[in-house]
This record gives sequence, structure tokens and C-alpha cells, in this order.
Amino acid sequence: MTSEAPIIRGMGHSVKRKEDPRFLRGKGHYIDDFKLPGMLYMDIVRSPYAHARIVNIDASKALALPGVLAVITGKDLDAAGLAWMPTLMSDKQMVLPVDRVVYQSQEVAAVIATERYIAADAITLVEVEYEPLPPVMDPHKATDPDAPLVRPDRDAKTNHIWHWEAGDAARTDEVFQNAEVVVKQDLYIPRIHVCSIETCGCIASYDKIDGKLTVYMTTQAPHAIRTVFSLVSGIPEHKIRIISPDIGGGFGGKVPVYPGYVIATVASLQTGLPVKWIEDRSENLQADSFARDYHISAELAAKKDGTMQALRVKTLADHGAFDAAANPSKFPAGLFSIITGSYDLQAAHVEVDGVYTNKPSGGVAYRCSFRVTEAVHTIERLVDTLALALSLDPADVRMKNFIPPEAFPYKSPTGWEYDSGNYPAALQKAMAKIDYAGLRREQAEKRARGELMGIGISTFTEIVGAGPSHTFDILGIKMFDSCEIRVHPTGSAIVRIGVQTQGQGHETTFAQIVAEELGLPVENITVEHGDTDTAPYGLGTYASRSTPTAGAATAVAARKIRDKAKKIAGHLLEVSPDDLEWQDHKFQVKGAPGRSVTMKDIAFAAYTNFPQDVEAGLEAVDYYDPPNLTFPFGAYICVVDIDRGTGMVKIRRFVAVDDCGNIINPMIVDGQIHGGLTMGMAPALLEAITYDEYGNIQQSNLMDYLLPTAMETPVWETDKTVTPSPHHPLGAKGVGESATVGAPPAIANAVVDALSHLGVTHLDIPITPWKVYQILEAHGAAEA
Amino acid sequence: MTTQHVQMTINGQPYAADIEPRLLLVHFIREVANLTGTHIGCDTTSCGACTVLVNGVPAKSCTLFAVQMDGAAISTVEGLEQNGALHPVQEGFFEEHGLQCGFCTPGMMMTAVAFLAQNPNPTDDEIRRAISGNLCRCTGYVNIVKSIQYAAKKQREAQTAPAAPAEPAEAIR
Amino acid sequence: MIPEDFTYFAPGSLPEVWDLLRQHPDDAKILAGGQSLIPLMKFRLATPAYLIDLRKVPGLDTLAERDGALVIGAMVREAATEHSQLIQRRYPGIHEASAVVADPLVRNFATIGGNIAHADPANDHPAMLLALRASVVAHGPNGQRTIPLDDFLVDTMETSLAPDEVLTEIHVPQPAPRSGSTYLKLERKVGDYAIAAVGVQITLDGDVCTQAGIGLTNVGPKAVRATQAEMFLTGKQPTEDVIREAARLAAAAAQPVSDLHGPEDYKRAMIRTLTARALREATQRARAGGVSA
Ligand SMILES: Cc1cc2nc3c(=O)[nH]c(=O)nc-3n(C[C@H](O)[C@H](O)[C@H](O)COP(=O)(O)OP(=O)(O)OC[C@H]3O[C@@H](n4cnc5c(N)ncnc54)[C@H](O)[C@@H]3O)c2cc1C
Ligand code: FES
Ligand code: FES
Repeated sequence: MTSEAPIIRGMGHSVKRKEDPRFLRGKGHYIDDFKLPGMLYMDIVRSPYAHARIVNIDASKALALPGVLAVITGKDLDAAGLAWMPTLMSDKQMVLPVDRVVYQSQEVAAVIATERYIAADAITLVEVEYEPLPPVMDPHKATDPDAPLVRPDRDAKTNHIWHWEAGDAARTDEVFQNAEVVVKQDLYIPRIHVCSIETCGCIASYDKIDGKLTVYMTTQAPHAIRTVFSLVSGIPEHKIRIISPDIGGGFGGKVPVYPGYVIATVASLQTGLPVKWIEDRSENLQADSFARDYHISAELAAKKDGTMQALRVKTLADHGAFDAAANPSKFPAGLFSIITGSYDLQAAHVEVDGVYTNKPSGGVAYRCSFRVTEAVHTIERLVDTLALALSLDPADVRMKNFIPPEAFPYKSPTGWEYDSGNYPAALQKAMAKIDYAGLRREQAEKRARGELMGIGISTFTEIVGAGPSHTFDILGIKMFDSCEIRVHPTGSAIVRIGVQTQGQGHETTFAQIVAEELGLPVENITVEHGDTDTAPYGLGTYASRSTPTAGAATAVAARKIRDKAKKIAGHLLEVSPDDLEWQDHKFQVKGAPGRSVTMKDIAFAAYTNFPQDVEAGLEAVDYYDPPNLTFPFGAYICVVDIDRGTGMVKIRRFVAVDDCGNIINPMIVDGQIHGGLTMGMAPALLEAITYDEYGNIQQSNLMDYLLPTAMETPVWETDKTVTPSPHHPLGAKGVGESATVGAPPAIANAVVDALSHLGVTHLDIPITPWKVYQILEAHGAAEA
Repeated sequence: MTTQHVQMTINGQPYAADIEPRLLLVHFIREVANLTGTHIGCDTTSCGACTVLVNGVPAKSCTLFAVQMDGAAISTVEGLEQNGALHPVQEGFFEEHGLQCGFCTPGMMMTAVAFLAQNPNPTDDEIRRAISGNLCRCTGYVNIVKSIQYAAKKQREAQTAPAAPAEPAEAIR
Repeated sequence: MIPEDFTYFAPGSLPEVWDLLRQHPDDAKILAGGQSLIPLMKFRLATPAYLIDLRKVPGLDTLAERDGALVIGAMVREAATEHSQLIQRRYPGIHEASAVVADPLVRNFATIGGNIAHADPANDHPAMLLALRASVVAHGPNGQRTIPLDDFLVDTMETSLAPDEVLTEIHVPQPAPRSGSTYLKLERKVGDYAIAAVGVQITLDGDVCTQAGIGLTNVGPKAVRATQAEMFLTGKQPTEDVIREAARLAAAAAQPVSDLHGPEDYKRAMIRTLTARALREATQRARAGGVSA
């Protein structure tokens, strides 16, 4: 028996995406595309105040409007014990307020009507009487003794939520005391919004006869939602089905449970009819969870020769009115302690204090792993600050302080064990690609002529793939992830995974993993996810965890199948399985390559001709508990030109060298990096959410919250180095978010570099043209 | 509430309905004609997820009333594929990985189709300008530009090829 | 975001439009391209009970030179002026303004008439058209009147149009020989309104400026004419020093307020930068022979 090696297009192939054909034809199934029989529509009344007592809600006029079936208020929910729900962070959050609102645009009441347009009319008829209260807007004043209390419902009568720290304080202080140089920088990483082009929404559909609740929902984590829904509502978990359909972008914003989902569910439970809720963009920007909002004060101790020694960081985290971040339970500040970055420091100490303010709840990701962007921005800015203080080239300072490639696995001073890395190689590659030396010469010439050009570097280390069960859980659920594979008799397969795509191309990459491991052609493998009735339990996709966790589960599940297949192969070839080897994606007899069987042959035999001591069928499940996180990294270099007449910053070039270990699909990885870079550039130059003193959000829609178009986005230049993860079954690391994390400091560093001869050492993002212009004017450097 | 009669074609199919004058074109397309490939991403005419062609001209269908379209010919993403063959723009997006979540993609492609009809041989900069009314949060635009160049090339080749079979693009214009 | 209910009309003639306007003096609105009005209606910031669409009214789409003026019909779309050869060649300032209004998709429907009638100081055409000394034609049941743009623009979202009048045409005097115009807009991204923008036209005799027009966008309750700067330039050679002083005077004419588009001081400084740049460009264009026939 002998078989041709199949063409499988597994690892490393730029396989065209299997999900695209439906999207390209307008046949995706996004949440608002579903129409169920008898479906009702929900619209939400929101608070104009950031902080107010609700005196009265009069819904009579709304209820009188033909087509309006119900108006749901906090009092109604309270009666059912559903006015509050738990957040993922051991806090609780209002679904609808009973007596007070705590941020502007908070949900106050919901209207249920037969049509979308009627619901929209009805919300204007709900009359709410408020008694405004003074809001807490400045987190620095949140813990003042006279600060109003944002959350009187809590036992602790303070706006302070938690204190968290990592590293060794005493050791750090000691290094600082003896340091030759200390540089210090305050940074504010502003509040931003992920603003996926699809907003959030759901259709809750309760079947009164069999007592089953089905919720179609824009969620990145359907299983966790099912568990939470069951715990909150008391509906048994097997009677709840969460379906996450095609998702029009998530980036972290579709991890939390928003009140709208819960209210729509209550409405469906009450009416026995499906209830659809789709939020407007304005509601999405004003009320959905935000990212960042870290006020950081950081110091770096070093020697005069540029050797970095220790890092000391204090941070005030503005969490809004509820601590509804989606961090692992033991990590209220996420993985912020990755802040020592790519550098070999003796000591570090990081502190974060979370406070409540009268703003929507916070701390979700923005296409980044938990709080890693804030950390990377801090250390990458500080390295430049140090270089500037010592008149050293920022590239040299980085090279001098990198954790050397031979030092991996490397234990960081805040306790992480970096799995692998080769930082000098990445930086060298980026410098060569962009001609760093040439740029520095050009800059010197331009400076002599009064022109402003800057070069910025960022050599970041990411930490993704949460995570090992000994450390990582969400609400006690460990952060494993899962895969189930069934190989059909004719040699095709279905793969079900616990993570959920929002554009990352899981249907393609996970098929490639199975193709590689099983030797089946990628086109014969279907990947399914997002339906809790069929997919194995998983924690969902965010923080770049899909490949490190579910990707590993997929490889391991496939290998379990291969182990069984080997026995069947031995049976077919009439040799002992021990005499077989897996070569060219098929089993062949050692020393007799002419005698082989493919997985296709084996699959058929698994149902028709299996050995006595082997069960029929060919399938496996794996719940993968990663032994460690993975640590992708990269070296980015950005060149900016600044218009002296306007302060406008233009990115002329941007080179991104990424290392995400072994690559499953290079085309998809490049796409992820392009997108990540754009979402890194956006907060560096354009996006920020701010409030006035009364608590009014100032960027409440897309006219004011500035998403970059193709015109503002530079032509990204990408390249790779490959340092496989030693502990991941595929050597892969996860990449979706590296670029969002790495790009902002490269841009900020470039702008500071362009202005450094004027004495500028720091600019907070977003770098608006007026911030730059004011500096130019103050130094007489503006165009006359 | 008074309704008004309106008729239009969408992808060549006639549609007629009695509608509220305030019904937005995008809702007519999605909910009356049940063509859900045209999406909604904002409320300020900023994102272009709702882009369709009105008599061949790309427009944001969230900022037009369906009653204004009485007698108009509308084209949406669902009409791009002709006789089982993808439009060159669809093919370009597939080949060059011009989409990730796919939410902006229908609108982006409709803009591209109309643009290439005007400018069959564009520079990358011209493409970027042409799609600057369409936001994409996922791709960073690099591959979208490549996708549109792919389509442009394919269409040019089809133009010069002798006795080329009828290109779907012609039907869209 | 769903608009309030309304009644829709698409009359086929101006007299029908006037009738409708007279029947509903308080709660009717004209609909042109809808790219300003419909977003306002979706947010229910505008709630007209009657909407009168001009799309079927004939004669509002002229784009031609006639009797010494460029005539732009009120319903001419931004995309049409952006791509018109006539405009590109003879009225580069209008071309440049059209090309930076909103984004290419909005420009396919937005009209120049609407851009002016909306009287939003952030809109781009008013300032350019002030610089070009344009006037508008208001047509009502009692006939037409031609109103200089300076008088047409009264305040934010307020014009001197009578309740039953329709803006039908914009008249732009044909540029004299050796004239140059330009429009410069500073924006953070495509689709955003201007931080500040400047429209300029310069006419030279020899090398002396015989007429200058300068209009400013988004730095006051309405588009601002920089009268002092215009007067200062007139009769002078536009040397670098003269241009700088004119730019300073233009900045002094600006009345910006701090908002999301930047602090007041910055906007004023930008008027200076943009005016100087625009004057240099317009002068160069005028010197290069100005507009061609
Ligand atoms: C995302 C976005 C960005 C934008 N950015 C810019 C920008 O940067 N610069 C800029 O200049 N504009 C911008 N605009 C506005 C756009 O150009 C407007 O559409 C335009 O200013 C108004 O033209 P319209 O034909 O759409 O008018 P409509 O919206 O139809 O009408 C506007 C107002 O004018 C009245 N009106 C219209 N025509 C007449 C008439 N003939 N007689 C009497 N009254 C009339 C209407 O009753 C209404 O009150 C933007 C719009 C959007 C949606
Ligand atoms: S939905 Fe955003 S522009 Fe139409
Ligand atoms: S592909 Fe997701 S918004 Fe463009």
C-alpha cells in the first residue's frame, strides 16, 4: 500500500480566507441581519447627567404610543433581583438604576415596541425627573475627603477601589538611592474607545414552552457570558444558548456584558417574544466600556553610561463608575507589570490605584492585551528620556540594555518568565530596513536648515495568551481554551473551538493547524465557533489569546487523533504502530517509504475497518492549559515631518519588524499588523475621549471622535524575525495586538525627537497640532 | 403618520412599497428589500458602511430618505456577482486580504466599483482619496488599496483582451 | 438615530415650492443634498414637519459662465464642481474648496446651494465665495433678487433669505486677467470640519495688487471677510513683508473660540499661517498669467 502525499497547505501558507466568500457577497450574518418571527425592538432612554438622583420616571406617554408594549425601569428589574449584575472584576454594575445615575448616557429605562422607529419615538416620550448631583470627574480628586461618593452602594465609603503592586519596593528604592542618573516622567494615557465599525447588539429569544433562552449577541466570549447569565438569572445553564454570530470587529469592546443585553433578555423573558437591541454609534461611544485612562508617574534609574538599572512607577487608574474591566481576577491592573519591557533591569516596583469616577466603566482592551499598551508606552518613552538626558542615541541605549538572547527563559524583576526573545536582531533588521544612519544624517542637515524631522523607536515586549490556570482565571473560571475535532469517514473534518473570531480569520488559521497536524487538505476542514450549544467551553478571544491557547488546544487535539490514527495505520499496513513514522503528512513504515497510508485512508478505516482494540471513530477534544504566556516582541521605527506653520505631524515612514514566533498564515499576520499599527497611530495622533467638569462627554459621535481614514494612515512597511515559543506546541505566540501596543511610543518618540533640540522631553498623546505648535511658538521656531 | 408609495430597482429587481417618508434608504434596503449586505456603522454620515450606488453614484444610504429614491436604480453588494462570477473588486479583496471582520467591506467595495469606472488606472494615492469616506477599523487600508489595484488591473486586462467575455463590472456601471 | 416623522414633497417647479413654503411657514424645510439636514434630523436637532425636496425642480443645475459671471445652480453637487474642467481651470479656489468638503461620498450628494444656505461657519464654500465676491440669487413668488454673499450670511445658521424664497443660483464674477485664487484648509482628518481655512483671490496689474479677497472659515459666527487685510493689500506689491502683514491683519479679523478643533490662540495663528500661504500661492498663480479663458 502506498499513497501520494496530499497537498494540505498547513502552517506557513498564505491560504486565502475561508470566511471571505460570504462577506464578499454581503452574506455575512452580523447581529442586525437576523430577523426572528414576531421580533420586538428595544431602545434605551439615557441620562443627560453624569451624576443625579432619579426623582421620578413617567412612562405613561410612551406607553400610550401605539406599538409600544412595555417600558422597563430599574424598579421593575429590582423586583426581579436583576437591577444589578456582577462585573468580571468582583464588582457589580447597574443594569438599570433604581434611584441614581452615575455617568452620562447611562441606561435609565428601556422601551419595547413592535418596530425600531416606534421605539425610537417612544424613548423621547419617557419623562425622567432628575436631581443633579456634583460629579467626580478628576480621578486625582476622587479620594479627596470632600469628594462626592460615586458608589454609596458599597460598604467601603470611598472612591478608592483597590491598590495593586508588583516587584520589590525595597530593592528598587535601594538601587534608586545609589543611582548616578534618575529620569522621571509623568504620562497620561488617555481614555479611548475601540469603536469597532459594528456597534454592539443582541437578540434575546426566550421560548416559554421549553424554557430555553437563546441570545444572539455581539460577544467575544460566549461561554463566559452563558455562565454569568445563568448565575444571574437562575436559568439552568443547559437552558441557555449564546450565539455569537459574525462580529464586525471587537478589539476588546465586545468582552463586557452591557446592560442592554440583560434588559433585552428580561424583556424577552417577560413577553416570550424575541427582542432585538442594536445600539447607535453615539450610544456605543458614550456608554460602552472604554480603554486606558492611566495617569502614570515613572522613574528610571541608570548609570551615566546608559545602563538601565531600576524602574519605579506609580499609577492612578480611572475606572469610571464600575470596575467592569475584563482582566483576569488576580490582575486588577492587567499585565501592567510587563512594564520593564525588553530591558534587563535589576529591580522594579509598580503600583496602581484604581478609583471610581462618574464616567462609564472602564479598563477594556483596545486591540491590546490587558494594560500592556500603557506599560509599553511608559518604558519606551522613558528609554528615550534617558537617552536624551545622557545625549546618547536611543538605538544605542536600547541595544545596550536589551535582555540578551542567551538569557531566555528570563525572569523579569516583576516576576514574569519571558519564554523567548531576540531583541537585538529585530532592532538591527528595522534599522537596516529604514536606513537609520542615513535618517540621522538627513535629520542633522534638516535641523541646520530649520526643518523639523524626527525618528522614533519602540522595541516592545508583549505578553499574551492568558493564561496558565495556576495564575489566571475570570470569575474563577480558569483561562484554558479548547478544541474539539471530528474527522469524518471520507477524510474531511469539523473543528470546534472555544474562542471567537471578530475578523482575525480563525476559520482559516485553525483549519491550517489541523491540516498541518493531520495531513488533511485545508479546504476539507470546517471551523465552527461562537455557539455555546456546540462549541467546547472556552474563555473567548481577546488579549491575543486565541493562538496561544485555543491554537495550542487545536494542535494537541489533532495530535491525539494522530496517535489513534497511528494504531489504525499499523492495522492497515500490517505492521506494529511502533514501526511507523509521520512523514510528509502521512504514516509510512520506517525504512520503507513506499509503504504508507494517508489520514484520508485512516479516517475511512476508523469507521469501516478498525482494529479490535481500538474504538471506532476519529475524534478528540483538548482543553489546553498553557504552561506559560507567550512574549511576542518587535522593533518599530517611525519617521515624522512636522509642519512648522501648523504643528501638523506627518508620518513619512513606519517600519515594523515583528516577531510572533512561528507563523500560521503570513498573509493574515501581516493584515493583523497593518490594522494594529493603524489602531496604534490613532490614539497617538487623533483619538481621545474627554469630559468637561460637568461630566459631559466631548467626543460623543464620529464627527468628534476621529477615526483615521486611508488618507491619514501611512503606508505601513512590515517585516519579521522568527523566534519560536519554546513551550507552545506550534511555536506560535499570538500577534493581533502587538502593533497597537508598539506603535504609539514610536510615534511619540519621533515627535519628541523632532523637537528635542528645543528642550522638549515629552508630549502626552494624542499629539495634537496645537500642542506641537505651542511649543514651536514658545521657542520662536514656528514659521513666521 | 402618512405613508407614501415609492418604487425603485435594487440590483435590477423592482421594489415597491408604501413607506413612512422618514424611512432611511439603508433601512429600506435592509428591512424592506431584506438585503442585509449594506451595513450601518454610525449616525453621523462618517463611516460609509452603508455605501450603495444610486444611479451609479456612490452614496451613504444612511443619509438619504427612501422616498427621495423614487424611480432610482440602486446597486448594492449583493448585485456585484454576475452569473456566478465574482466582480473583479470582490476578487481583489479576496486575493489581497482586503477584509478582516468584513463589516466595512460591502461599502468599501461599492465605492471602489464606482471609482474604477471613473478612473481605471489609478495611483495608490488616488485610491486612498477615493475611499476616504469609508472607515475600516481592522485592515489599516494597506491591503484594501492593493485589492483595488488588483481589480483595476484585472479590469484593464479584460478591456484589452480580445473578445473578452462580458465583465460583470459593466453591468454595475 | 431615527428622524421624527414628516410629510415629504418633491414638487416639480419653483411656484409649487413657494406655495408649500407659504402653506407651512414655520415648519417646512427645503431639502437639497440632505447631507447637513438629514444628520440633524436623525439626531432630532431638526424636526421639520414638511420636507420640500428640490430634486425635481428644473433649472437648478447650471454650471457655466454667463454675462461676465460663473453661474452655479443651487443643486450643483460638490462632486460636479470638484471635477469640472471649467472650475479647475478658471476658479481653482472653488475647485480646491469643493475637494476638501467632507469626503468623496458626501460630496456626491451635497450641493453648493446647501453649503451656503446652511450658513454654518464651518462650511467651506462661504469663505471662498466671499473672497471671490460672489452673490446669490434668491427667488421668491415676488421675483428674484441678487444678494451679495456678505449680506446673505447673517449669523450662525441664519441667512437673509425670506421664508418663501429659494436660493437658486450663485454668481461669481469672472476673474479679471492676472487673477489667482486658492483655498487652504487645515483639518486633522478627512471628513472633519476645518480647524481653520482661508480662501483668497488676488488680482494684479503689473505687480501691484488691484483687488484682494480673503474669506475665513470656522473662526467666527459666520464666514469672516478679512476686510483690513484686503484693504492693506490693495495698491501694494505683494512682497513677503506685505503678505505677512496682511496675514497678521487677517488673523486679527478672526473671532475663534476654543473647542475640539483647537484653542482660540492656535486657530488665530493658523489663520495667519494659512493666509500667508494662500496669498503666496494666489499671487504666484496671478503672476503666472492668472486664469486662462
Ligand atoms: C460627515 C460630513 C462631513 C462634512 N464636512 C464638511 C466640511 O468639511 N465642509 C463643508 O463645507 N461641509 C461639510 N459637510 C456638510 C456638507 O457639505 C453639507 O451637505 C452641505 O454643507 C449642505 O449641502 P446639502 O445639499 O447637503 O444641503 P441640505 O442638507 O439639503 O440642506 C442644508 C440646509 O440648507 C437649506 N437649503 C439647502 N438648499 C437650499 C436652497 N436652494 N434654498 C434655500 N435653502 C436651502 C436646507 O433647508 C437646510 O436647512 C459635511 C457633512 C457631513 C455629513
Ligand atoms: S452608516 Fe455610517 S455613513 Fe452611513
Ligand atoms: S474589515 Fe473590519 S472594519 Fe474593515
